[in-house]
Amino acid sequence: MARSPYEVLGVARDASEEDIRRAYRRLAKQHHPDLNPGNKEAEARFKEVSAANDLLSDAAKRARYDRGEIDETGAEKPQYRANYRGFAEGPDGAKYYTTEGVAPEDLEDLFAIFGRGAGVGGAGGEGPFARRTHIRMRGADQHYMLTIDFLEAINGAKKRLQLAPDKSLDVTIPPGLRDGQILRLKHQGGDGVGGGPRGDALIEVHVAPHPLFRRDGDDIHVELPVTIAEAALGGRISVPAPDGAVTMTVPAGSNTGTRLRLRGKGAPKPDGSRGDEYVTLKVMLPEGGDKALADFLREWAPKHPYDPRRGTEPA
Amino acid sequence: MITFEAMCQMASVEPGELERWIAERWVLPESESSSYVFTEFDVARVRLIVELRRDLAVDEEAVPIVLRLLDQLYATRRRMRSLLRALESLPEEHRAAVRRHFSED
Repeated sequence: MARSPYEVLGVARDASEEDIRRAYRRLAKQHHPDLNPGNKEAEARFKEVSAANDLLSDAAKRARYDRGEIDETGAEKPQYRANYRGFAEGPDGAKYYTTEGVAPEDLEDLFAIFGRGAGVGGAGGEGPFARRTHIRMRGADQHYMLTIDFLEAINGAKKRLQLAPDKSLDVTIPPGLRDGQILRLKHQGGDGVGGGPRGDALIEVHVAPHPLFRRDGDDIHVELPVTIAEAALGGRISVPAPDGAVTMTVPAGSNTGTRLRLRGKGAPKPDGSRGDEYVTLKVMLPEGGDKALADFLREWAPKHPYDPRRGTEPA
Repeated sequence: MITFEAMCQMASVEPGELERWIAERWVLPESESSSYVFTEFDVARVRLIVELRRDLAVDEEAVPIVLRLLDQLYATRRRMRSLLRALESLPEEHRAAVRRHFSED
């Protein structure tokens, strides 16, 4: 069982934002992978600390964690990409720090050492140093971000990511994609070295909010205004759904807050089934009021008292 | 190849800040003629600077020193690795001699 982010940062559950920031900085300085090169344990600790900080430094995420809505890895696991060292030590590493100026002397030192210690020939063309080491490396993964519409995420879509004027990447959005999901396009990343395979393109997809629909897991929620007559007497109404409008029966005697379910009208799930759409009714009086209705209610109300606020009085 | 805008988004950095870092030569774009072009390596470097500044609260003046030291360290490790690869290609008796040398230290 993973540790809670509070344990990871060593702060109390009611720690202030400042406490969390301070704790994170202290631990991050200690475990940052660039300050502990090659130390797997520090790298793992740093990832854990970063994830905990991502969660707790975001008030919304922290609240969701506290409510038990998401686990310690967060809804979408934060992708910490501590890969600067990978590049700096890689074949192109000389970009930011070249060793060219000192290399010949160093090499002579090395030849001298080996000439003496191991009996291999001098700096001529013969010894092991004349042999070029062949490096074969997989290309780097490349990370991109993409924001799509709410309905594109539900219904699936084809998107094109323009990487450069002459280079683009076609991305197929699978139906039911969730906000923050990462799509991996095999061999669409950086070129390999020495005949190595290309890396992958990793696309983090974000879903823009929709004015009508709200998503919760595989279910979709929508708030729908109905007339007072539709609510009281029932009737068939047209309801927006991700794949077009559907007709739904409102039972007589419905109310504001009455929730109706449209089975299978939610987001597609990986197994081929679909979540549901939940329609929450909101009873609306005619705009600007209605004299006939008001006259009727003046007559009706005294004879039919009811108290919708029962149980809401302060104790 | 990565554009200036893509870099800002990928590394969560403000355009003004990135401009300054380029001017300071902390980041070296591949092309400066009409518009900047960056590599993945540069993105990783900008992310590192973002982390140093924002997460580790390293002062702006201290950033070049930290970068310089890190780059020196990585260059050394890069060269150590090529040395190790060269060692691997030696006959076993020579590798054994090297191992003996290190275990004596």
